[in-house]
Amino acid sequence: MSTTVVLPPEGPTIEPARTELSKSAAKYAKRKALRPYLILTPTLLLTIGILIPFFAAIYLSFTDFTLRSSDYSFIGFDNYVSMLQNPDFWHSLIVTLQYAFLCTTVEMLLGIGVALLLNEENPISKFLRIVLIFPLMIAPVIGTLIWKLMTNPSVGILRTPMSWIGLGEFKWGASPDTAMFSLVLIDAWVYTPFVIILVLAGLRSLPRSPYEAAMIDGGSAWFVFKNLTLPMLAPVLLITLVFRLMLSLQEFSIIFALTEGGPGDTTMSLSLLAYNRGFPFYGVAEAIPIMLFLWAIVYLISFILIGFWRKAQQRASGVA
Amino acid sequence: MNESVSFFGLVGRVSKTVLLLVYALFALFPLLWMIIMSLKPDSQMFTTTFIFSPTMENYGAVFLRSDYSHFFFNNLIVSVSAVLLSLVVGVPAAYALARFQFKLKEDIAFTILSFRFAPEILVILPLFLIYQKTGLYDTYFGLIWVYQLITLPLLIWILRGYFEDISPDIEAAAQLDGYSWWQVFLKVLLPLVKPGLVAAGLLCFIFAWNAFTFPLLLSDARAQTSTVVALRFLASDTVHYGQVAAAATISALPEVILALLIQKHLVRGLSFGAVKG
Repeated sequence: MSTTVVLPPEGPTIEPARTELSKSAAKYAKRKALRPYLILTPTLLLTIGILIPFFAAIYLSFTDFTLRSSDYSFIGFDNYVSMLQNPDFWHSLIVTLQYAFLCTTVEMLLGIGVALLLNEENPISKFLRIVLIFPLMIAPVIGTLIWKLMTNPSVGILRTPMSWIGLGEFKWGASPDTAMFSLVLIDAWVYTPFVIILVLAGLRSLPRSPYEAAMIDGGSAWFVFKNLTLPMLAPVLLITLVFRLMLSLQEFSIIFALTEGGPGDTTMSLSLLAYNRGFPFYGVAEAIPIMLFLWAIVYLISFILIGFWRKAQQRASGVA
Repeated sequence: MNESVSFFGLVGRVSKTVLLLVYALFALFPLLWMIIMSLKPDSQMFTTTFIFSPTMENYGAVFLRSDYSHFFFNNLIVSVSAVLLSLVVGVPAAYALARFQFKLKEDIAFTILSFRFAPEILVILPLFLIYQKTGLYDTYFGLIWVYQLITLPLLIWILRGYFEDISPDIEAAAQLDGYSWWQVFLKVLLPLVKPGLVAAGLLCFIFAWNAFTFPLLLSDARAQTSTVVALRFLASDTVHYGQVAAAATISALPEVILALLIQKHLVRGLSFGAVKG
């Protein structure tokens, strides 16, 4: 009974509703076209607010501005020229590249190795997969602080085991010979888990069927790794490499906390050099070209690697 | 032949486990030792290794009888506020980048990401001058704002992936039911991405909490955070090593706990959504 009452009024209203809908749809489409920009405006305002100082930085780099006086004048490319003529700059560039290369290599190799070992279903692996990320989660400065305590000559726990292997007088961050080694060790302690968990995720998402085929063909473990795992894993490895390279080229806090660029200038990376010029010595205009140079390196390297990454992704999806 | 294979198999298995445990020792021992140190009384600091009478004295000294708690709460205020601001601004932005097709979309997305990878010192140098001039130096708001460079790109890029995982059909269906766009967003989409949202928020918090260079150079006695101040404990003249360790533990513990909560989402988070774990 009730259905017959309800249905007739509904019938005629359907037609006008449709035309109404198409009219509002046009309006809706217009609003919709603007909507993403509106939604993104606050984000861009917040971040572009930071871009203004960035352009201010470029402007200041063409002046002789210092924090000591409010007077300054335009001096063209002088800061850039004197940067390129300064041997300290080239030394720091080499330190930066060395640091990034050593850290990234150690972390990638160690991380891939550990990830392969962890990619098994047993209680030890399951447990370690959870706890091995801890060093990555704490602040790098706090990690460095812990290592400073561990390598401390009076309370440090590492002195005794080091003396067992005849290195009782190992000076860690305090000697020019071992400072870089100590930094790479700490960087690897902090960031190897990053490589581990990304590679592990990559390994676990690999398709199974190519492996079953390889098993039937009787390929050796190395053959399977080289011809199957590696190409399919390439995108993950490359993106991990990009992230590690970008951040290790700019690493500031670990170096600052352990050696402050010393002893002497043995570990004075570009970030540390710019910090030292810009803050304790107030030479802001001098420091900015150094950082722009570093930024250009980071940008260039990541741009090239992201290109490889895109290609590897296409190739990997072809394999799978 | 078969016997030798199984023998090598066994050796392989054992050496694999040994290698893994060596790495685990390297990764975890420093943390364990930090906790041990933090529980040691000063009198036994130099004379004992693992066997000592544990005390909470160092924690008391750090938290109750020094200004560390002030910097700890500074860190809490700044980091939580930075994450909240990022959530309010970034969640809709992530949605827009996931769902809408518009001009410059990828350029905008990559610009946002690139803020995370700009050299921090480069950002700080001019910002330092501007903060000094505008009075933002050493204020909560100054830090909260500059922390957006850390939290916002992270949040947007992680959440974008989670939004992309939701079928547009679900939205279309909800819109046909008469919901407005905002209602669809709040009542349908947000509940669907909630796990990702929580994970991204917590990860942002961890990174904000860990921030060092920004608070080191853009704040001082008033707004500085515990991450910066912990380092100073070691630089002071009369070093109480137990207190240094206690300060480090207090600063590290919250993050380790949070990391455990968001494990499943960690891969996506750390790779800015590039690797889907």
